[in-house]
Amino acid sequence: MITDCVSIVAAALLIGVYVSWRAGRIDRLHARVEMARAALDVTLLRRSSVALELATSGLLDPATSLLLAGAVHGARSGDRPRDLAESDLTRALRAAFSQPGFRSSLNAKEGADELLAEVEAAAHQVYLARKFYNDVVAATRDARRRPLARVLRLSGRAKAPEFFEMDDSLAAEKTSASLGL
Amino acid sequence: MKIGIVCPYSWDMPGGVQQHIRDLSEALIDEGHEVSVISPADDDTPLPPYVVGAGRAVPVPYNGSVARLSFGFLSVSRVRRWVKEGGFDVLHVHEPAVPSLSLLACWVASGPIVATVHTAIPRSRALVSFYPVLRTALEKINGRIAVSEAARTTLVEHLGGDAVVIPNGVATRRYRKADPLPGWPGKGGAIGFLGRLDEPRKGLSVLLKAFEILGPQRPGLRLLVAGPSGDAADVLNRVPAGLRDRVVLLGQVSEEDKVRVLHSVDVFCSPNTGGESFGIVTAEAMAAGVPIVASDIEAFRQVLRGGEAGELFATGDPADLARTAGRLLDDASRRSQLSAAALAAVADYDWSVVARDVFSVYETVVLGSTQAAVTALSDGFP
Repeated sequence: MITDCVSIVAAALLIGVYVSWRAGRIDRLHARVEMARAALDVTLLRRSSVALELATSGLLDPATSLLLAGAVHGARSGDRPRDLAESDLTRALRAAFSQPGFRSSLNAKEGADELLAEVEAAAHQVYLARKFYNDVVAATRDARRRPLARVLRLSGRAKAPEFFEMDDSLAAEKTSASLGL
Repeated sequence: MKIGIVCPYSWDMPGGVQQHIRDLSEALIDEGHEVSVISPADDDTPLPPYVVGAGRAVPVPYNGSVARLSFGFLSVSRVRRWVKEGGFDVLHVHEPAVPSLSLLACWVASGPIVATVHTAIPRSRALVSFYPVLRTALEKINGRIAVSEAARTTLVEHLGGDAVVIPNGVATRRYRKADPLPGWPGKGGAIGFLGRLDEPRKGLSVLLKAFEILGPQRPGLRLLVAGPSGDAADVLNRVPAGLRDRVVLLGQVSEEDKVRVLHSVDVFCSPNTGGESFGIVTAEAMAAGVPIVASDIEAFRQVLRGGEAGELFATGDPADLARTAGRLLDDASRRSQLSAAALAAVADYDWSVVARDVFSVYETVVLGSTQAAVTALSDGFP
């Protein structure tokens, strides 16, 4: 009799610990989503500020400069959904970078190599940060979808995080296809 | 006079600016001038003898949509060579604030330069924050032309200074007569639309919504839609299933078929929600003598003489469009009255008249210039 009681209490305790661990995990995942999102925001901002620096550097012809500046402005203004506006900036950068002989045309100019490298590094960081963000979003959405999490509402009032999809590759071969042309 | 004209958009894409340049050049050539046009173009595009290709334009996002533009150092050197070899008395650039050939031409050339601004766009912060870069290139312009009051306002706000308004021309004789497409307009009546299907400012969705109201009331009424780009299935999905067989999509049509489309409908609709500075398509419809229903934007109000040469409806309002178009479909005498008024109004816009106005701007600029001819600045950034 006493052993029965002890095992019931022990089982209840174990279940309680397990459920609270699961809830804690979901909570931690949500926190990680927020951090990854903040990191993504920082990389996007960094990319657009380097792109603006390139646009105003005087290294490029005025048409390319104006295209880049327009795209940076679009990404910052919030007139359009963020993913679309940031993808537009990617496409503007790609259009500039994928001109045949683009790099050699700037070789002789002072500071050009550093600035181009900085733009590429910033663009690559956007790619990484977005990948990490989407990974943790996937994990979180998966954890929230589990039956136990759903039945016991372990995620509380927190909204399901959304994936952030955008065109973030500076590689030239995607130009036409990604524009749907 | 030797005239060099710069087109910023791809010659192989249909568009108001390209058409303007083509008609202006041909009208100037008819008057005995020597004209050379430089324009982005795909290598295999057949070009008229007066057009020089500047290489393939690249699709890039610009101003909220995708435009095919020419930029970059290769384009710079092509324009420079064209200016150097052309020996022009005057250089005429179109849309100099668009990041393409025209801006580059201003940048590399020196001498008498005339610029025409086509688009009316709200004051753009990107442009303003970029003023110093643009200024060097745009300050060289000696004479500015705007194709409408709205475009003039844009130019004055963006760049200061002033501009003469010379509206677009219409090659009216090309539109006067054509055979309707077989079976059109039909007994139940037909409404026509011309323009890009996927450009929201062209307002096709306003017209489709209006058709949702009109279609059920008028069992025979059909919609004839012609224009490039856009997915036909996507357009049809926006129409209720019961009305789909009455919406006919022609896709992109040739110049000749465009005229036939205009002659195939009882009422032509220009539902643009903005961004239009003149509305060449509307003027062409006027030259074809089709009764017009157009949104009440400034550009249309002007070309339609405040509603005298075509009915205006509240911009972006499908219910008002349905009411206005419905009234017109029921009233044959009002339609012929509008048709006559449109034909009379559009005579002012014929290219022969317009080209003479443009030419007098050239003469004025050449008189006021310290340089006798247009020259190319040396290599390296000015």
